[in-house]
Amino acid sequence: MSAFIEYFYEIKKEKLRMLLTMLGVCWGMTNIVLMLSVGEGLYRQFTRSFRGMGEGFVVFWAQQTSKPFAGLGIGRRIRLSEEDLGLIRSRVPEIAKISAEIEVGEQELKLARSTVMASLCGYGPAYGEMRFFFPEAGGRFINDVDEQQKRRVIFLGNNVRDKLFGTGVDPVGRILLFRGIPFTVIGVMVKKYGVGGGEHGNDGDLAIIPYSTCRTIFHRDWVGAVMFSPRTPGEAEAAFKGIRALLAAKYRFDPTDEAALGHFNAIEMAGTLNNVFRGIQLFLGLVGALTLIIAGIGVANIMYVTVRERTREIGIKMAVGARPGYIIGQFVTEALLTTIVGGAFGVALALGMIKGIRSLPIQHEVMEYLGKPVFSAMLALICTTILTFIGLLAGVFPARRASRVDPVEALRYE
Amino acid sequence: MIVFDQVSKEYNMGAVKVTALDEVSLRIAPGEFVAVLGPSGSGKSTLMNLIGCLDTPSHGSYMLDGEPVGRLKRKELAAIRNRKIGFVFQNFNLLAYATAVENVELPMIYGKVSTGERKRRAKELLEIVGLGKRGSHRPSELSGGERQRVAIARSLANQPEIILADEPTGNLDSKSGGEIVDLFGNLHTQGKTLIIVTHDDRIAAHCKRVIRLLDGKIDSDTLNSAAPVN
Repeated sequence: MSAFIEYFYEIKKEKLRMLLTMLGVCWGMTNIVLMLSVGEGLYRQFTRSFRGMGEGFVVFWAQQTSKPFAGLGIGRRIRLSEEDLGLIRSRVPEIAKISAEIEVGEQELKLARSTVMASLCGYGPAYGEMRFFFPEAGGRFINDVDEQQKRRVIFLGNNVRDKLFGTGVDPVGRILLFRGIPFTVIGVMVKKYGVGGGEHGNDGDLAIIPYSTCRTIFHRDWVGAVMFSPRTPGEAEAAFKGIRALLAAKYRFDPTDEAALGHFNAIEMAGTLNNVFRGIQLFLGLVGALTLIIAGIGVANIMYVTVRERTREIGIKMAVGARPGYIIGQFVTEALLTTIVGGAFGVALALGMIKGIRSLPIQHEVMEYLGKPVFSAMLALICTTILTFIGLLAGVFPARRASRVDPVEALRYE
Repeated sequence: MIVFDQVSKEYNMGAVKVTALDEVSLRIAPGEFVAVLGPSGSGKSTLMNLIGCLDTPSHGSYMLDGEPVGRLKRKELAAIRNRKIGFVFQNFNLLAYATAVENVELPMIYGKVSTGERKRRAKELLEIVGLGKRGSHRPSELSGGERQRVAIARSLANQPEIILADEPTGNLDSKSGGEIVDLFGNLHTQGKTLIIVTHDDRIAAHCKRVIRLLDGKIDSDTLNSAAPVN
């Protein structure tokens, strides 16, 4: 019997009051679970679309000097050459892979009578892995032989393929024309999620040919941008510093001149964004927790009323030998039961809502960014911990008051 | 053995200090059957609360079985009430939501008696007070006399040496009241120390010793030779 029987008696006697209190906890819990789940969904969605850009690489390109150096003025344009790649490879030990790129811009691709615009690039084989240009089954990305022999092969973004050959068609081995030159299709990029992660738009709109082939067609003798991956992610900055020092010596600019070489560090960016999204999630969790705290105050309030109403009962128990600790335990148990039962309904409600939201066939672009709410074991643990903590807090103070009741007064209480 | 040595109890009613009990010295031996009489405000209830360890003296010392009660903590007082004292109140003070058996079990829960033993003893005690068949009833389903008998069964739960009854027949008709007094008589023959606060002279007539209080002091403390021999 003891605490549980008393509790059920209390529920029976004060149905509406208990129901409303539990409803408060239920709603608070729904809130925190939903908030955290939306945060988690957002985080996962973003991670996924961010991954579409690739992983573990740094891109750099030449710009203009901003500091005078060795008698040379500012605003001097730096231009990289292909030789620089060999130099960097031999002098900067932190580098695992390095490759140059040419981005030509919108170009016409022709197949029979149809013409499609695609963003044409010349990339080295290393790009496939660094930028996550994964081929669909049956195809491949540009390889070393393509690069060495300046082959006329082309790797298509999935959107380009859809427009040129039709959605889902496997075009590997077919030939299309670019500037009147026949190119053999070697693969199609697997669709990237979310925003597509391209530096200049959606990677699905790319048409990629070997760097060497591209350079020959466009007669480029300079390099626009260079992408490299360090041996370990932590060495990215060190590698880039090595490169800047090396190129500063070669092109005679101040090695501390940050404007001379522009760069984008995807590794650092990933870390920053990770923190930002964890921050957003923490914020959403806090908002949810605040609602739950208000519900907790409601529980504490009801517990104070209960203690007052049951003063006489407390007196009886003390008279027959209940120690103060037992009285405390009883009221804390009741507060915990209220929060846990209310909280359980809250979790159930939230899970139902999450399931509902997930099953909605929303194809709007916003959903591409927002993702769908995800509830995980970790979130369940966090929510349960917060709930228990609030339940304890809501119970402890009224219970302490109950335990301090003077039995003589309490027995006289009407 | 209950020993009061110049025990006083004062209450602060706002700025005014009220002396409810004024340097009372008293000694009650095990097995005594005592009635405490006096008009309202004479300090009867205060005396009961002190004897029952529900309250502690403001001055003076109270030794219960050689233990100075005044210096004990609330936790320790609760343990003494649980083991050594059984209470019977005027308004029964039963838990409304609990059945007769559960009410009798209550002190045994705090006394850490095992569940099976608790149930068995509770039923046995209800049998003794003549309610063997009413164990599953709640107080609202029982008459006043029956409720008081449940309360007496509860007071006996942990086999205490002392039973304290505060106006036990005050809310009962004379027939039920008579039955309750008879029950107390039986308990006395079993060697319990019984202390009954009352202003009903008919009850006092059954007791072996009568203490009369007036204005917080003992007015008279007499042996009642006319009490029936059990």
